[in-house]
Amino acid sequence: MQQESPLRKALILGDKSLHDITEDVCRPIEGKASKAWKIAFTVSAAALLWWVICISITVGEGIGMWGINNSIDWGWDITNFVWWVGIGHAGTLISAVLLLFRQKWRLSINRAAEAMTIFAVICAATFLLSHIGRPWLPYWLFPFANQFGSLWVNFNSPLVWDTFAVSTYFTVSLVFWYTGLIPDFAVIRDRAVARGDKARKFWYSLLSFGWVGSAKNWQRFEEVSLVLAGMSTPLVLSVHTIVSMDFATSVVPGWHTTIFPPYFVAGAIFSGFAMVQTLLIITRKVLNLQEYITIYHIDMMNRIIMITGSIVGVAYITEFFIAWYSGVEYESYAFINRATGPYWWAYWAMMTCNVITPQLFWSKKLRVNIAATFIISIFVNIGMWFERFVIIVTSLHRAYIPSEWAMYSPTWVEVGIYLGSIGLFFTLYLLFVKFFPVIAMSELKTIVKSSSSQAKKKGAHHHE
Amino acid sequence: MSKHIFAIFSDEDVLMENIKPLRAKGVKIKDVFSPFPVHGMDHALGLKSSRISICAFLYGMTGLGLAILMTRYMMITDWPMDIGGKPSFEWYKNVPAFVPVLFESTIFCAAHGMVLTFYLRSKILPGVTAFVPDLRMTDDKFVMQVELKDESTESEVTALLKAHGAEEVKEYGK
Repeated sequence: MQQESPLRKALILGDKSLHDITEDVCRPIEGKASKAWKIAFTVSAAALLWWVICISITVGEGIGMWGINNSIDWGWDITNFVWWVGIGHAGTLISAVLLLFRQKWRLSINRAAEAMTIFAVICAATFLLSHIGRPWLPYWLFPFANQFGSLWVNFNSPLVWDTFAVSTYFTVSLVFWYTGLIPDFAVIRDRAVARGDKARKFWYSLLSFGWVGSAKNWQRFEEVSLVLAGMSTPLVLSVHTIVSMDFATSVVPGWHTTIFPPYFVAGAIFSGFAMVQTLLIITRKVLNLQEYITIYHIDMMNRIIMITGSIVGVAYITEFFIAWYSGVEYESYAFINRATGPYWWAYWAMMTCNVITPQLFWSKKLRVNIAATFIISIFVNIGMWFERFVIIVTSLHRAYIPSEWAMYSPTWVEVGIYLGSIGLFFTLYLLFVKFFPVIAMSELKTIVKSSSSQAKKKGAHHHE
Repeated sequence: MSKHIFAIFSDEDVLMENIKPLRAKGVKIKDVFSPFPVHGMDHALGLKSSRISICAFLYGMTGLGLAILMTRYMMITDWPMDIGGKPSFEWYKNVPAFVPVLFESTIFCAAHGMVLTFYLRSKILPGVTAFVPDLRMTDDKFVMQVELKDESTESEVTALLKAHGAEEVKEYGK
């Protein structure tokens, strides 16, 4: 039996038994969809439809429908790609890195955070595919035997590294998530059998792969989880490192800096945790999971937002300092132009949202305040979008040759694809909360005897 | 086939405490089904430790090897490209630029190979019918599967199981 210090905060409130956990997590799946869910789903599906229209226009007419031009050849497309892929990083951090560090507060949030990872990477992939211009030739990104004169992809190129990194990241995150879901699907299957619910029995039998939870199954399950966590940890760091190398290995002023990999990884975790907060604050309320996703969980995530936000702030200032200290005129100009040039508003929006707002979390009062957390998480999401916009557009619009200097603004098609991708994300997330267990029941049940409120009471009683 | 009976427990600690005395008394425990992983269960039942992480390592090395062969063949043998005048005729001089691809391929093969092995070895695949002696075993009950050497010992073993904390003892499908 595991023992835990009574000084540690309880992770499951309200004296839950094993059966209560099953009931609370299965209730939204087995009941009818609520009115709030239906309204949210309709809005998201409408946005998704808008995405389909804008993507069809882009594919049918070509990239000319966007506002990008010869100087600014990456605009909202890559801004959105990096934004989405960065958001995905928090899910892997929670499920893999916190598993390696044996942080038990990951247990009630890891499932939803991993789902967010997968949906965010799907959204990111749509931007990669649409920005290549001929999305019906996506296999050109991969090395394949061809008759174009033995022409292979260039393995020296960060864009090829990115293809390998994002596809490995997506597929490995997917199997990690799915393997964790199998025992929980079996719970819903057995409940459906007990209630004689034939449709659910059929679907969840199929999804649960015949899981029974024998001793050998669990032994392998735990080893697989641990090894996958051990591999996902360097993997998630490699993904945003490689995304940053898409920029850092070029010679564009403002991009060509060695600070990019750690700075991008910190930014990715920062934005990802903000998105987890945005999603879970609503999810816990709507699905009535406040006793599992507690104020303590929110507090812990806010601390991560604060620390990664501070790392990002230091990175911004370091970049500025090095641009001046290096004595390279192009580099210095790029940064002065960011802060005072025609896109100054984007730079200051980024600085305000990413550097100033997370500092508010030094206050414990704000860290445990749900409304404040929600508002700050939205600010961080906006700020991190502006960060990518600033890096991409302000560097490209004033490069080496003044005759190339240009301005960029998105067309309605680009704005539509972006808003539509948020619709795609929320459509997938809403389907997830309706049909999949939002909390990893089988993992959470392992801490009922050590970290729940009734275990703490018992422990305190025992010590008297 | 010999007969199996199923003892239902509702506390994993009671179950764990009683595995050893039951085995000492000659009760043949075939398996234990639980709604979550119970630590130490594999040792208590005398299961061998899993070799799946060794598989993962071998798959990872395979992935690394394939990636080395791929980059070597495509970039050096088949179509060496002059990129910024950098050396393109020896793999080892180019390898720093290939590290990301080598790394990602290693992880890709290790992760997917290991998960596939896990699914196949544990027979968890789409379409498999689950063996469920008690429907509550994925919710909050722990089910011990006991093999009877001789059907005549059933009442004796049942009494022994009940004396060691089992709440009910039943047959499959009943």
